[in-house]
Amino acid sequence: MRQPLLALLAKEPAHGYELKLALEQTFGQAYPSPNIGQIYVTLKRLEQDGLVRSEDVEQTTRPNKRVYELTASGRQALRAWVEGPSEGPRVRDEFFIKLILAPMAGLADRMELMNSQRRHYLRIMRNLIELLGDTDPADTTARLLIEGAVLHLQADLDWLERCQEELV
Amino acid sequence: MSRSARKGLPWPAQRGPADTALLRTAGLVKVYRADGVAVEAIRGVDIELAVGEFVAVMGPSGSGKSTLLHVLGGLEPATGGEIWLRGERVDGLSTAGWAILRRRHVGFVFQFFNLLSNMTVADNVELPALLAGATPRQARKRREELLAELGIAEKAGASPARLSGGEQQRVALARALANEPSLLLADEPTGNLDSTNTRDVLRLLRRAHASGQTILMVTHDARVASLADRVINLFDGMVADDTRIVPIPRRVNGVGDIMELRG
Repeated sequence: MRQPLLALLAKEPAHGYELKLALEQTFGQAYPSPNIGQIYVTLKRLEQDGLVRSEDVEQTTRPNKRVYELTASGRQALRAWVEGPSEGPRVRDEFFIKLILAPMAGLADRMELMNSQRRHYLRIMRNLIELLGDTDPADTTARLLIEGAVLHLQADLDWLERCQEELV
Repeated sequence: MSRSARKGLPWPAQRGPADTALLRTAGLVKVYRADGVAVEAIRGVDIELAVGEFVAVMGPSGSGKSTLLHVLGGLEPATGGEIWLRGERVDGLSTAGWAILRRRHVGFVFQFFNLLSNMTVADNVELPALLAGATPRQARKRREELLAELGIAEKAGASPARLSGGEQQRVALARALANEPSLLLADEPTGNLDSTNTRDVLRLLRRAHASGQTILMVTHDARVASLADRVINLFDGMVADDTRIVPIPRRVNGVGDIMELRG
């Protein structure tokens, strides 16, 4: 949550609720709707770290709002994030660990574990495909986000198949 | 798929008593023999498809998926067990008997498209409907609808040889659906398609399914499989899992939680 907020503030100063709206509008339905409380907490921490500063702006008909802007070291941190590598594919997979360890402990049958996991993946896939169908094809950002999730899920299913081939 | 279009084709009237399954197998076995070695590709498969059901078959390579499809379509004889289609036992049919059954009741899409290269795309798609007794006008109308839905209407006059793999794949699908078969058998129908073309095929399959088309499809593509009513997992020539896909109820605030689930 920290870097997306810094990135939005690099464009222009904003208050918490504006940041929430900007994230929702940019990424569409597939993005987890950011919790406003979480945004305020994050902004407070960013301020403590000296990456943003804030100012109360008086409003005539409403309570004052706190407007945040990026500091020089905030801009530096943002640049480091943009230029640095992003985390690659997951190598630790909870299901895989379960698949290996649970049968060793006599707690489950491998085939049953794989079957129930495959069912779960397929249900998620159905939801993603339906969501993709409901997404405006012109909304490239939202569409690509969903397509990314679909491709990851397909890879998980392919991996499950490999596990089935070798472990059963 | 309108009912009137269905009526235009000669469907044999005899149906088995009280057998509501469109397709049913019991103890189906397929053994290949080569150089004195027997390989059991299918080892006792019992499956049942209700009329209008869309079932996907998944499973590792070598699990017998394609063999199952071939045997169910009569392209290869079963070694043992029973196949019932529309209430009639069909596993003992002759090659010619299977050919007639397929012409009337079974549409096929395979990884190899088997399109006739000396005919246009339009003729390829219309042929099965004409063979099954549709009028030229019915066949043409149906072909135009199918090619349009698959985004290849402008290829109607072309030779299949001039099309890309993805285009040929879609022509093969259109041809398989042309005479509104009782059963569509499809082997990896999105195998050669990019994501835009896959979307067209998915849309057509969903629509065909919604209008009552029974489909049995082998696929690795989870996008396609997730649209099925049921997914059968084949492993080592046997059914390892047979499950109905029930979508996760969607929350009012969209599917943010799905993305989080994906971590």
